[in-house]
Amino acid sequence: MDSGLEQTRELPQEITVKTDTRDILARETKYQIEKGFNNWTIVDVDAHHSEMSSWREVVQYIDDPILKHYGTEFQSRTGGAPGLSNAMPGLRYQDAGGRIPHQTSIAEDVSDTSVHRDVTLIRRSMEGMGLDHQILFPGNLLQLGTHPQPRVEAHLALAYNRWVCERILPADDKVKSLLYLPISEPDMCLKIIREFGENPNVSGFMITAVRYKPVHHNQFIPIYRELEERGLPLAFHAGLTWGDDWMKQLDLFISMHAISFVLCNIVHLTNWIVHGMQERFPKLDVIWIESGLAWLAFLMQRLDSEYLMRPSEAPLLKKLPSEYMADMFYTCQPIETSNMALTEETFKAIKAETQLLYASDWPHWDFNPPSTIYDLPFLDENAKRNILGENAVRLFGIETQTAKAA
Amino acid sequence: MADIFVGREDEFEDRGRKVIVHGDLEIGVFFVDGGFYAYENKCVHQGGPVCQGRILNRVVEMIADDKTSQGLAWSEEDVHIVCPWHGYEFNLKTGIHPGYKNARLRRFDVKVKGGEVYVVT
Repeated sequence: MDSGLEQTRELPQEITVKTDTRDILARETKYQIEKGFNNWTIVDVDAHHSEMSSWREVVQYIDDPILKHYGTEFQSRTGGAPGLSNAMPGLRYQDAGGRIPHQTSIAEDVSDTSVHRDVTLIRRSMEGMGLDHQILFPGNLLQLGTHPQPRVEAHLALAYNRWVCERILPADDKVKSLLYLPISEPDMCLKIIREFGENPNVSGFMITAVRYKPVHHNQFIPIYRELEERGLPLAFHAGLTWGDDWMKQLDLFISMHAISFVLCNIVHLTNWIVHGMQERFPKLDVIWIESGLAWLAFLMQRLDSEYLMRPSEAPLLKKLPSEYMADMFYTCQPIETSNMALTEETFKAIKAETQLLYASDWPHWDFNPPSTIYDLPFLDENAKRNILGENAVRLFGIETQTAKAA
Repeated sequence: MADIFVGREDEFEDRGRKVIVHGDLEIGVFFVDGGFYAYENKCVHQGGPVCQGRILNRVVEMIADDKTSQGLAWSEEDVHIVCPWHGYEFNLKTGIHPGYKNARLRRFDVKVKGGEVYVVT
């Protein structure tokens, strides 16, 4: 029989969509204390909120009066995507048929009305995962790059950026964003960069990678030039689509998700490297977000092999593609660890100690808590600290006095 | 070794459970098909609260004699616990992942004495 010295208590039997985020993440909170890394600086470079839950608010920020009218009218329609967006209903498979409730919905009670509900939910996720800072991205708007109406993409991007900068980010200086650039409309991108580039809550800008535009095209060059001159990082955020002709052959979510997220970043990164963008914009910090890491070692070797045989097709290059790749930044999530030897080699190839950034992707179904990095058996403490926070502190110039370690 | 009181036997319905905290240990105790099974509430994947996930039967694919697929169905025998963090699934009677035998939950023995359920740690 038990000595009785320790009290036994019960936990809720099941975690549901209504469970408090801090309770869902309680095991991570506890683990960080047990292992003693709860006082490390941890920066989450990719987390999401559900802008569609606030879509009525976002629509009010649309400049164009006619698009605003359509967006408002669509609010009353039942079924389908929220007005003007092109969110894909098939992506509801993400929660694995309700098996992963935090992906299904965040329907927990929020009584604090002094800030937007999203701010409270973000703070709870930061508390649960022991984060000092979080870079916030939208959810369904990551699909917007395939919108059939480029003008709608541009106006929704502007409206979302204005809304998030006015309603969400000012509430907490630990929450930043890399704002959406609708590169289908370069002039709008420049307008957005100039409007928000000096905003203290904006750490840089982001291009959604689910799009069919060659990112090296001359029409986009002014965007990259503007960012480099301002010293603002540029991120490519991968995503998924079932609309791509290759993806249409993958009739299960698991298959489409596994390939789609990686494929878009492979295509854009290949264009970025082979067309010498790193030579043309050597001071522009580029971040590749949310494709895991396993693809990087493959692509490095693949591009090196091809380049060595065909240097005349990539005349701007002065070193191997893999060397340019190791100059850029990557987020870790969703990290692949089923073969730890391969994972370790990938870390070496991309110079993870200085180039890898921790990202949770919370609240999505394949999120990584910080312990995912802490538990990697081949990293020393310095590397873990860099990946979990210090690399991001340096890259984004985060004020260290707001970090735990300071 | 210690026997930790979990609850009365008659408090457990079929597929019922209790998840308890005792010191640093979190343990889920399940009642399935007339038997008790107990596992640490810590997923072998990334440490998630696996015992607080959904209980669902295993999904199986029906393959006909000619090797064609006849679609998916719920298993009539295998009951799974699904980790709510990422969806790892484990057989509730064995604690083992259906496709990766090395992924297995830490298991505890369960005793029933005088209508009371204890987990042995």
